[in-house]
Amino acid sequence: MSFWATILLSLAAIAVAAWVFRWGGQKLTNNRPFFRDMPFGVAFGYVFGAVALAGVVHLYVLARTLPPAEANKYFFFRLAVEGFIGFSIAAWLFRAAGRRIGTQASRKLFRQMPLTAAFGIMIILAYAFVAIFAGWLAPYGQEEVLGAANVVPGGDPAIGGDPRFPLGTDQIGRDILSRLIYGAQNTVGIAFVTTALAFFLGGSFGFLAATLGGWLDQLLSRFVDVLMAIPALIFALLLMTIATVWAPKLGIPLTVFMVIIIAVIDSTRVFRLARAVGLNIVVMDYIEAAKLRGEGLGYLIFREILPNAYAPLLAEFGLRFCFVFLTIASLSFLGVGIQPPLADWGTMVRDLAQFINFAAFAPQVAVAPLLAAGAIALLTVAVNFVVDWMLQKSSGLKE
Amino acid sequence: MGAILKIIAQRLVLGGVTLLVVSLVIFLAVNALPGDFAEAILGQGATPEAIEAIRRDLGLDRPLWERYLVWLARMLQGDLGVSFAQLNFQSNLGGTQLKTVAEQIAPRFANTIFLAGVTAAIAVPVSLMLGVLAALYRGSIFDRAANIFTLTSISSPEFFLAYILILFLAVLNPVFPSLSNIYEGMSFFDRLERTMLPALTLTLVVTAHMMRMTRAAIINLLASPYIEMARLKGLSPMRVIVVHALPNALAPIINVIALNLAYLITGVVVVEVVFVYPGIGQLFVDSVKIRDIPVVQACCLIFAGAYILLNLTADILSILSNPRLRHPK
Repeated sequence: MSFWATILLSLAAIAVAAWVFRWGGQKLTNNRPFFRDMPFGVAFGYVFGAVALAGVVHLYVLARTLPPAEANKYFFFRLAVEGFIGFSIAAWLFRAAGRRIGTQASRKLFRQMPLTAAFGIMIILAYAFVAIFAGWLAPYGQEEVLGAANVVPGGDPAIGGDPRFPLGTDQIGRDILSRLIYGAQNTVGIAFVTTALAFFLGGSFGFLAATLGGWLDQLLSRFVDVLMAIPALIFALLLMTIATVWAPKLGIPLTVFMVIIIAVIDSTRVFRLARAVGLNIVVMDYIEAAKLRGEGLGYLIFREILPNAYAPLLAEFGLRFCFVFLTIASLSFLGVGIQPPLADWGTMVRDLAQFINFAAFAPQVAVAPLLAAGAIALLTVAVNFVVDWMLQKSSGLKE
Repeated sequence: MGAILKIIAQRLVLGGVTLLVVSLVIFLAVNALPGDFAEAILGQGATPEAIEAIRRDLGLDRPLWERYLVWLARMLQGDLGVSFAQLNFQSNLGGTQLKTVAEQIAPRFANTIFLAGVTAAIAVPVSLMLGVLAALYRGSIFDRAANIFTLTSISSPEFFLAYILILFLAVLNPVFPSLSNIYEGMSFFDRLERTMLPALTLTLVVTAHMMRMTRAAIINLLASPYIEMARLKGLSPMRVIVVHALPNALAPIINVIALNLAYLITGVVVVEVVFVYPGIGQLFVDSVKIRDIPVVQACCLIFAGAYILLNLTADILSILSNPRLRHPK
């Protein structure tokens, strides 16, 4: 319980320091409005922030100066701090470059961009690059068994590493770096295909329901209501159980079933949005005009409704992609998603997770599972940052 | 008052109908399995006579609709059947004591509810407080940092957050145990301590969402005339938000809390697997892996039922808290 006592004591100390800070500020600056009108909560916040920052710096200095055996404890902390600073600088440089290079319009876009959105775009581009050129970038094949199993990451032969495998090898001797790189191709690629399929299904049925209305609209909407009443992950798991029996009988890979199942479950959410957006557009005068001209259903949907529903659907695509990506990763993590010969981040986390327990003695060992999980998190965070910015920009939500 | 009761009754009936249709969907999905349960129970070394006998026992020779009605009637009486693993065990090793699915699920369901309860007890007050603070100091460094932090934790997969917490709070600084080894007859505090890490993981996921919605709901109201009036009276910003804005923002906030509790029900699956927490999610995943259909079916129905119930509660509470919905034109 000393842990809790420490926390309570430091909070009390911060409260006292905050009071002193405000009081001292008032005395020293002769009651400047900034200090005079400062509520205690704000003073507390300032001191708390300063203490937290000092703590981070202190731990980081410890991590750099302590002898290696003791610094093990702070290894991940150091990694996190360095990663945060590194990514911030990279995003800043990326934004600065975007402001100078490119067309007039793209430069203008970069000028208004917050750092988080620049970070998101940078990460998405990097993932796309890795996913497309995985075959050239990866030093080994994703299924190649290279002999030495459980090589420690870091490439230091003294502690069981091997310079040929910078991130080590997994339990049957496949290169983890190569599998991470191929994982970008498989996991992201499959998630992208699934989202595209979900959008195709949900979008076309949603617009169809909005344009035609009547019994078709009622039928589709009630059907979607029922599907949405079952939690997505649970329903996906149920259907995957059934698919695992069907897949070998039909000779179709399980992954194909997974893509279809998740696409169908997810298309219900797209359907809702597409129908709502479509209903708002269908009542417009230009749709009336097109109908009077005698245009067909295909023309109405693709040439009149779709271009006008473009912005909300694009933001939704980002969010849906994150959701699908996380669902696939979770299914793989639970062991019923993307199947073994293919490298995939969720499966890698599950297979390597037990190494996290050795982090106190050999932090390098715990890097591999966290890198795979972190790769998933990084992409979804990046997409969310970009979508957040897009939504804020399109809705003018400043305050 | 009568109008409210009527609306609530309508919603309840609607929820019941939804649950009924969902049970049909689950039943049909399970019956889309190739072959049937008889083969699944007996496995590969099954003789045709044995399969025939089990088919008759389970009533698989009768038409689909009849089986659905029988199944539904049994479900309503709380008879969820017997798991295949148990049946298989019995047919291979003998013995008469069979644990029914209901008996298997009941203690685990209680554990899951405990986990969700602990999570809600931490997450709801924390997220409300943070949401109010973020709305109060909107645009400040605190607000922006909170925004980035919550976006990050919403979009990370649960197992990533779980392993990060294990790394920092169990392995590097042993504060909590990394495995939730829960058994019957534990003292409440022991149990709480072992539930803490899964609960904290879920808290991280859920708090972010609730806090953002609280902030948005309050900020939405800040442009209203009565808030301006309160400000012009000279009230402190804290008082304006807590006394004047918060009660009016309650409807969307209650809604979001209920939806997030519903989300907990599904999020719980991954987290339970990571921490080996003996809850219903763990049982569900294990049964999915060995295709233990009666258990999968029952878990699915329970998850869907809880999900529908919480959504219904959100619906009804938001109607109750909003006079405009209470008296529809």
